[in-house]
Amino acid sequence: MRQSIIHWFKFASPQSFYPLAGRMIPWFWAATAAFGIAGLWISFFVAPTDAQQGEGYRIIFVHVPASWMSMFIYLVMAFWAGLGLALNTRVSGMMAQALAPTGALMAALSLWTGALWGKPMWGAWWVWDARLTSELILFFLYLGFMALQAAIDDPRRADKAGAILALVGVVNIPIIYFSVKWWNTLHQGSTINLTKAPSMAQTMLWGMLLMALCFWMYSIAVALTRVRAIILERERHTEWVKHAVE
Amino acid sequence: MSAFLATVRRDLLLALRRKSEVLTAVFFFVIVTSLFPLGIGPEPVLLKKIAPGILWVAALLATLLGLPRLFSADHLDGTLEQMALSPSPLGLLVAGKILAHWLLCGLPLVLLAPVLGLQFDLDASTLGILTLALFLGTPLLSLIGAIGAALTLGVRGGGVLLALLVLPLYIPALIFGAGAVEAHIAGLDAGGHLSLLAAMLVVAGFFAPWATTAALRIALE
Repeated sequence: MRQSIIHWFKFASPQSFYPLAGRMIPWFWAATAAFGIAGLWISFFVAPTDAQQGEGYRIIFVHVPASWMSMFIYLVMAFWAGLGLALNTRVSGMMAQALAPTGALMAALSLWTGALWGKPMWGAWWVWDARLTSELILFFLYLGFMALQAAIDDPRRADKAGAILALVGVVNIPIIYFSVKWWNTLHQGSTINLTKAPSMAQTMLWGMLLMALCFWMYSIAVALTRVRAIILERERHTEWVKHAVE
Repeated sequence: MSAFLATVRRDLLLALRRKSEVLTAVFFFVIVTSLFPLGIGPEPVLLKKIAPGILWVAALLATLLGLPRLFSADHLDGTLEQMALSPSPLGLLVAGKILAHWLLCGLPLVLLAPVLGLQFDLDASTLGILTLALFLGTPLLSLIGAIGAALTLGVRGGGVLLALLVLPLYIPALIFGAGAVEAHIAGLDAGGHLSLLAAMLVVAGFFAPWATTAALRIALE
């Protein structure tokens, strides 16, 4: 037991996490490619044409995973931020900082693909529906988090201030999920339901899940790459970074 | 508790010695709400429809205007550090400062809202709901805003950054606050919206002073 605790905290140090992240990144890129190829193949060639929405529905294979990841990344970011605040580990704060741009990208992608889907289906690029609005708020929260971190010069203070903001913003995540029940407007009900059987064809579900895994692996790979850059930047005064860069 | 009341009294006294700062936010509220009819046109039906939203957005911006002052003066002259070192818990003093901020920036808006509502041709019962919604909502705005004010304390470009951090968090309050009035105008029961607003106020009242204190301690490090 004692052994395992020591083992895990070893990677809380930037010096030992840097090479570990470097070793993990190729694996996650490989997984991204594998899941991406399988997911795209199913979504374009295997999944049947939707009876009502035609071929246009296929954008959900990008839209839904991006929405999921944008919400999930915020939770992960808040988890790392909270961990950094509680245990005062430096890599946790760096992880939170590294995840924010990817989360913002996913939120932007989700809004953009949603608009592209909404134009042919609803006849409008944008409707003021609860889920769209919450996704937009989530995007603003990411921007606020990044702006706050960028505005504070001392990286340790930036990490802690960002952590508090991330934890406060987590309140927004349940609102996103419950918004469908709170306001019932133009947006169709949740397509995937944990209690009911999914209301879509089995192959469509597989395509979506594979694409979600692809996005997940991509997010991890990119976040690890970014965290390596942040480690190098913040630890540039140390001896090991000089050796690592050489 | 005496430390809490002493903080409230101190902040109120300081504000009353310099009334212009408080009155600025109030006049801002009045002017912004009066600008909308000028921009949109004097049609009573349209104005009545958009009145709840306008009054709420104006109240939200007016609250935001007073937020940077919440901690900055005390931070500059070192009072805040003394508060952090004092034997009474910092969270209690922060709660006192937030209450004083609401009494100075929020309560005047609540009291003015019925008068401004008349400009938009709202009837008496709607004005009552509007005032009640603002009465529940403006303390919520002060509580959430205090977290942002503490996070941006002494940070470059603090004012704009504060708006960027706080405004997204204000959206649920805006939706339910304006929604209560709109529901009442539409002939529906506003109770649900008001209950949700009250619930959010209770949750924020518990967590926000705590989060603000944590943010202040980071800023004071």
